[in-house]
Amino acid sequence: MSEVTARNAAESAREAADLALQAANTAESYAVEAIAAAADVGAHALGMGSTIDPFVFRVAIFVLAIFVGYYVVWSVTPALHTPLMSVTNAISSVIVVGALLAVGVEELPDGDGGSHWVARLAGFLALILASVNIFGGFLVTERMLAMYRKKD
Amino acid sequence: MSANLAAIAYLVAGVFFIFALRGLSSPASSRSGNHFGMAGMAIAVFTTLLISAPGNFGAWAMIILGVGIGGGIGAIIARRIPMTAMPQLIAAFHSLVGLAAVLVAVAALYAPQAFGIGSPGAIYGASLIEMSLGAVIGAVTFTGSIVAFTKLQGLVSGAPVVFPNQHLINLIIGVAIVVLIAIFASTESHLIFWVLTILALVIGVLIIIPIGGADMPVVISMLNSYSGWAAAGIGFTLGNTALIITGALVGASGAILSYIMCKAMNRSFFNVILGGFGGEVAGPSGGVVERRPVKQGSAEDAAFVMKNAGSVIIVPGYGMAVAQAQHALREMVDKLKKENVSVSYAIHPVAGRMPGHMNVLLAEAQVPYDDVFELDDINSMFAQTDVAFVIGANDVTNPAAKTDPSSPIYGMPVLDVERAGTVLFVKRSLASGYAGVDNELFYRDNTMMLFADAKKMVEDIVKSM
Repeated sequence: MSEVTARNAAESAREAADLALQAANTAESYAVEAIAAAADVGAHALGMGSTIDPFVFRVAIFVLAIFVGYYVVWSVTPALHTPLMSVTNAISSVIVVGALLAVGVEELPDGDGGSHWVARLAGFLALILASVNIFGGFLVTERMLAMYRKKD
Repeated sequence: MSANLAAIAYLVAGVFFIFALRGLSSPASSRSGNHFGMAGMAIAVFTTLLISAPGNFGAWAMIILGVGIGGGIGAIIARRIPMTAMPQLIAAFHSLVGLAAVLVAVAALYAPQAFGIGSPGAIYGASLIEMSLGAVIGAVTFTGSIVAFTKLQGLVSGAPVVFPNQHLINLIIGVAIVVLIAIFASTESHLIFWVLTILALVIGVLIIIPIGGADMPVVISMLNSYSGWAAAGIGFTLGNTALIITGALVGASGAILSYIMCKAMNRSFFNVILGGFGGEVAGPSGGVVERRPVKQGSAEDAAFVMKNAGSVIIVPGYGMAVAQAQHALREMVDKLKKENVSVSYAIHPVAGRMPGHMNVLLAEAQVPYDDVFELDDINSMFAQTDVAFVIGANDVTNPAAKTDPSSPIYGMPVLDVERAGTVLFVKRSLASGYAGVDNELFYRDNTMMLFADAKKMVEDIVKSM
């Protein structure tokens, strides 16, 4: 009798555990979906959720970099203002990363009416322009800086 | 390579770019700074190729071809360009960054999946705003820089182009752009994007044409700043740290340079931007024909005066760049130094057509940079100097900026050349400078005018030494 009761108890316990596991699984999948949805919303809009949007981090980096730029540029000697312009020109061509991504675009599985070709062409042209600037900018800066010499 | 690792690599690239600018705080550290810049660029490019390697051979071929064509052109230009053409080269480079920003925005609009910002027809609203801002600022930079380039290259006249209702038209286009960005962000209409881009291209032309030749230092700095903000806009679209940091650095750099240039002309930024300065009719004494006597000298006189002086300060200006007189000038200085004359150079911040223009030309002529001084550092020295040798500069020496409140250049910091024992003025004629103001310095007793092309005059002086 007592053995039966014990078995019953063990069985119902197992059932309860299964139920709990099931509930937990359901809850987890809900949670994952909810988080994914929140991240999706949050990723590109200032959501009201508790997670911080990556956009905010980017703005933070941007603002801090402006301050860094402010102090660094004020310390540049006026004699080197022309090389400063050519080197800032060269580094702003890091926009080439966008061009590289665009060149590699592939057609969407369900077709996109050829717009991936527009993107690839735009990317290719941007790649050429940015490359002119990268090579031209750094090399001409190098050439200028090599001319500056101290009194001997 | 994981996304986190890539993000860190982009951050490193951004930090390297900061080092690149930091290096420019002195000529000694400047070259290693430039190498940091190159390394940062290499990191950014290879990281991008590693994390999103193009899946097909065609894309790789396009990348190699694109870098080959662009890099080849860039390298050839960098090697061949004469130093006097540096302002136009910088303007041309700015236009390329601007156009590249527009093209990347186009690519992001047509293939958002490649940039992780949604799918066609369902791009995130914030990304639409970021990409339209990047495209608009890029387009303004593109056409604005082309106008600046044509003015600097002498393809069109440097004189300001002014027409009725100019500011009103600019304002209307500006408002239209803002409204269209809002509509574009909510509709993702390709048509609106293109209209927006075309309006931005137009306004880029309109805001630069009314600005005159000698205000180009401000214009170039301003376009430098714009190219940075455009890059930052694209950086937000791509969520790329290297691009955001660089955009902020370049934007700040250009803004500071514009500020320094405006301050050196004692004009507000808006005064320069609104333009029309230095036109045919500018200046109260522009139309008055002055016929006061001037003391005119020859190359022999100038050579004699300088050889017997204890100290000479040379004040170069745009005229030296135009005449390519820097090498002859250095030769003259070498001869003076042999006669135990102490020689230094005084540079006004807005001398020439871009920030630091004179310094580069002197460096090209192998003038050591510790002989070259900025306005604030050398201005007190003129009173103890025997000879001030002004070559191709005018407005930046005009004492009216200190004494005549009715002068258009009143309040502009100028070099106190009139306090030197003798002022030698190399100039082609008595014509007024860019600001259209007569320079009373020409008529002073201690001034000797040397009427000739700057290069020819300096060569003649060298011959008679």
